[in-house]
Amino acid sequence: MRENKIRTIQFAILLVAVVYLIKLLFIQVLNSDYQTKAFTNAIKRVTVYPHRGTIKDRKDRILVSNTPVFDIIYTPRKTKIDDTLAFCEVFGLTKSEFIAKINEIKYEIDKKTGQIVIDKKTGKKKIKDTYSSFKPNVFMGQLTAQEFALIQDRLVDYPGFEVQARSVRMYPHKSMANALGYIGEIGKEKLDKLAEQGNFTYKPGDYIGRSGLEQKYEDFLKGQRGTKFIMTDVHGLERGSFGDGKYDTLSVAGKDLFCSVDLELQQYAEYLIAGKTGSIVAIEPSTGEILAFVSSPSYDPNILRGKEMKKNYAALLKDPSKPLFVRPLNASYPPGSTFKLVNALIALNEGLIDTSTVFPCNRSVVNCHGSHSSANVFESIRVSCNPYYVAVFKKLLNRGKSTSYFRDTEIGFDLWRPAVEQFGIGQRLDVDLPSVGKGNLPSNKFYDKIYGDNRWAFSTIYSLGLGQGEMGVLPIQLANLAAIIANKGYYITPHLINGIGDRRHRLKKYNQKHYVNIKPEYFDFITRAMEAVVQRGTATMARSKNIQICGKTGTAQNPHGKDNSLFIGFAPMVQPKIAICVVLENAGWGATAAAPMASLIIQKYLTGTIENQQREDYVVKGVFIE
Amino acid sequence: MRRQHEEFTEGVDWITVLMFVVLAFLGWCNIYAAVYDPSLKQSILDFSINSGKQLLWLGCATVLIIFLMLIDYKFYDAFAYVIYGLVMLTLVAVLIFGREVAGSKSWFEVGSFRIQPAEFAKFSTALAVSRYLGDISIRIDQKKTQMVLAGLVGLPVALIMLQGDTGSAMVFCTFFIVFYLEGLTPLPIIMGLISGFLLILALLVEKIYLVIGFSTIASFIIGGIVFYKRHVVQPIITVVACLAFIIGVIYSVDYVVYNVMKPHQQGRVKALINPDGDPTGYGWNVTQSKVAIGSGGFWGKGFLQGTQTKFDFVPEQSTDFIFCTIGEEHGWFGTLVVISLFVAFMFRLLYLAERQKIKMARIYGYCVVCIFFFHFIVNIGMTIGLFPVVGIPLPFFSYGGSSLWSFTILLFIFLNFDASKKQML
Repeated sequence: MRENKIRTIQFAILLVAVVYLIKLLFIQVLNSDYQTKAFTNAIKRVTVYPHRGTIKDRKDRILVSNTPVFDIIYTPRKTKIDDTLAFCEVFGLTKSEFIAKINEIKYEIDKKTGQIVIDKKTGKKKIKDTYSSFKPNVFMGQLTAQEFALIQDRLVDYPGFEVQARSVRMYPHKSMANALGYIGEIGKEKLDKLAEQGNFTYKPGDYIGRSGLEQKYEDFLKGQRGTKFIMTDVHGLERGSFGDGKYDTLSVAGKDLFCSVDLELQQYAEYLIAGKTGSIVAIEPSTGEILAFVSSPSYDPNILRGKEMKKNYAALLKDPSKPLFVRPLNASYPPGSTFKLVNALIALNEGLIDTSTVFPCNRSVVNCHGSHSSANVFESIRVSCNPYYVAVFKKLLNRGKSTSYFRDTEIGFDLWRPAVEQFGIGQRLDVDLPSVGKGNLPSNKFYDKIYGDNRWAFSTIYSLGLGQGEMGVLPIQLANLAAIIANKGYYITPHLINGIGDRRHRLKKYNQKHYVNIKPEYFDFITRAMEAVVQRGTATMARSKNIQICGKTGTAQNPHGKDNSLFIGFAPMVQPKIAICVVLENAGWGATAAAPMASLIIQKYLTGTIENQQREDYVVKGVFIE
Repeated sequence: MRRQHEEFTEGVDWITVLMFVVLAFLGWCNIYAAVYDPSLKQSILDFSINSGKQLLWLGCATVLIIFLMLIDYKFYDAFAYVIYGLVMLTLVAVLIFGREVAGSKSWFEVGSFRIQPAEFAKFSTALAVSRYLGDISIRIDQKKTQMVLAGLVGLPVALIMLQGDTGSAMVFCTFFIVFYLEGLTPLPIIMGLISGFLLILALLVEKIYLVIGFSTIASFIIGGIVFYKRHVVQPIITVVACLAFIIGVIYSVDYVVYNVMKPHQQGRVKALINPDGDPTGYGWNVTQSKVAIGSGGFWGKGFLQGTQTKFDFVPEQSTDFIFCTIGEEHGWFGTLVVISLFVAFMFRLLYLAERQKIKMARIYGYCVVCIFFFHFIVNIGMTIGLFPVVGIPLPFFSYGGSSLWSFTILLFIFLNFDASKKQML
């Protein structure tokens, strides 16, 4: 009898064991939901941000680097403040600011009123869904090293308040803001766009280069983010790396960039142009490396970082002087007399004129300056004779290829325009900055549209011959033109970065020479004429005792106000080291404003000093029009 | 004397001792895994964590075992009631001097050490019950015997209930199995099981449907009786009585749940029925416990590689929910091994009980098996959501000196009986 009962007990034990094992089989082996749940429960993916690449100038001076900022982190559960007033004093807060900060962390705040949201059901203050008294929150964000130093020593007195260092961009100078650009939180649109392309490297809240070099070289600068799997406990506190870090990926630091700009020169150029509107672009002709890149007015790049960024950016956007507008790449001006160089070169090369061709200075069509009555090419450049270039342009457009005056002009125009394009004019130069403009080199279709087919001819568009009219050229293109002449017939696309990672590695396109199909002898000839421009022509204010500067002034009519002052040039005459373009808006003649400024920059670059302090004072003062 | 000693040593059931050692060792390792903090990388011997302390308790238990085995078995026979009486006194004392922890006043606190007398009530009651039933002149079907037994078991139950430790009190239900084995009708067990079953059913299904269902079944049975049997009155009364009992239980559910049970007990019962109903409240334990065990897969995450238990997602991870650590870190394989070990252990004890020559030793053996069995069912059942959360330990696995010593004493008194069987007669 009892044996049966024992059997029953044994059966009961086995039954329970089997039932339990089956249930365990279900939840452990057959159902994988629990694995996912456990992972989301306890494993946190943390992105490890790499060191963003720095940018250095051509003499290894730092243009952009990283600097630590300090977030004060506050964990409610650990916090103990005995004397609130003393605390506020240490942290430089008023009591109401302190209370507001604490409330902001814990409660939902109505964005419009700034008041704490009251839960309608309970009638209590509504606590944020994400709030936990165990979770660290940012109490004060992005303190600078100096600000942090003030509270560092006292921080230990306040348990629950800890410091966490982060890294932000830092500029040890105030220069080149427009070229360097800035970084900011990635926008939703950009994120969506990247996601469409299958790029999921960024998350909301990540920083990305938003303009300038920061944007253009983002892929190099950003480095590779690492991922760390961190175990967290039920309170969300970190408890060490998951699986001893075997699933983690390391972050790879971003590549440093080497910028061809000479910071000293850049700063000098910015000093000269301060308070004026315009651009300065200086290029090393043989390499296409940009030595100075100035857009004025500009701003201090340091204001677009850290906690004040949003506020400052909004202010810059609203500023009527448009400090965010990158003038060297986007401000399009009629090139004025500087364009005479191009037409002279094309006409000489195509045999339409020769070095001794003389045209009378017929001032009935256009006015001229000086007292000459006629000129050859050389003289026409030296004195910037307008009627000469009306005549040259007529030679270029009316070549007698058709009996129809209109048709003949069109044929001539279509031969002329590609020749101009070779100089990069009307072309988008592939500069290593985002959003580069093209300027405007009108096509015959453009005129057809305005005047109608066969309704326009040389007499309609002769002002193009003088670089006026519908034509628009960018400062970068003008600087490039100077470089082409300096190089006697070729250019390398201007660029700011001549080394990625180290100085030897640059983008391939910046090794490539673009040739202009014009015989070198004509460049020699024009170069001599440009030298004469500075020595005894229109640009004597650019003259230097020690340096043979070649240049050409330009005064471009400006329908919106006073004339724009232009100067392009290079130096020294033999084996040029610097080609430059200076554009000063509303500053009047090129001869009196842009030319002396360019000369000072050339002197500074080539000799490290300037010859004439008075000239510098004159340029800095900037009263060019009496 | 020397001869007797050898006989005794030979008589010790080393298989059971080995199983005990294995269980306690596995328990110790899992306690370490449950409290291990990978960012601190403590040693298993670190006395500031539970595994270090458990080692201390294991050391004490070893000393205890030597004492228990050295004492002549006749001592337990003679002093069974004295021991019982002393433990009952401590149960009373704890009500007066005890320290309240989490709503139950069941701990003595001496310095940083805490002792839970309810744990010791288990073996002492087993000793008293087996001593009483062990008397050849006692017959279990007598009213007087049943009254005495009810008293012996009821007293600790009442005292422990007063402390607010319902879980420990429930353990004493297992004595019904012992009584059943010794000749008492299984009716209380069956009725208990049916009541439990109905209780769950009544929480799941609308009561009126249950009543209609059971009434229909009863009508069919009565119809059958009327149709086939000559004597109809007696069976019909039985069926109607059963139906009345069933309906009574069904309708007492609300009363039991809302009036007898405390809010946390209600929550635990509800969580069993529907753990997703309140996943952050009473459902939390069950949900997290299942997540921990379920995430182990077949082979588990590996020793110390678990995340759910050691990071406090599972509450009481080194004590009542220690099974979660096994499930998480050693997977289904691990739970299979542990469950199999327990089954083998209980089977071995049943076998040992059967081979006892004196009645008291046998009954005591049954008590030991039943107490282990109850802990086994309830503790593992609650971690996998098959049983409401009841705070009782998994023998030899759960952290805690009181429970470890209590189970050790329980087991080794029996092994002493078993080893001494040659001296009996």
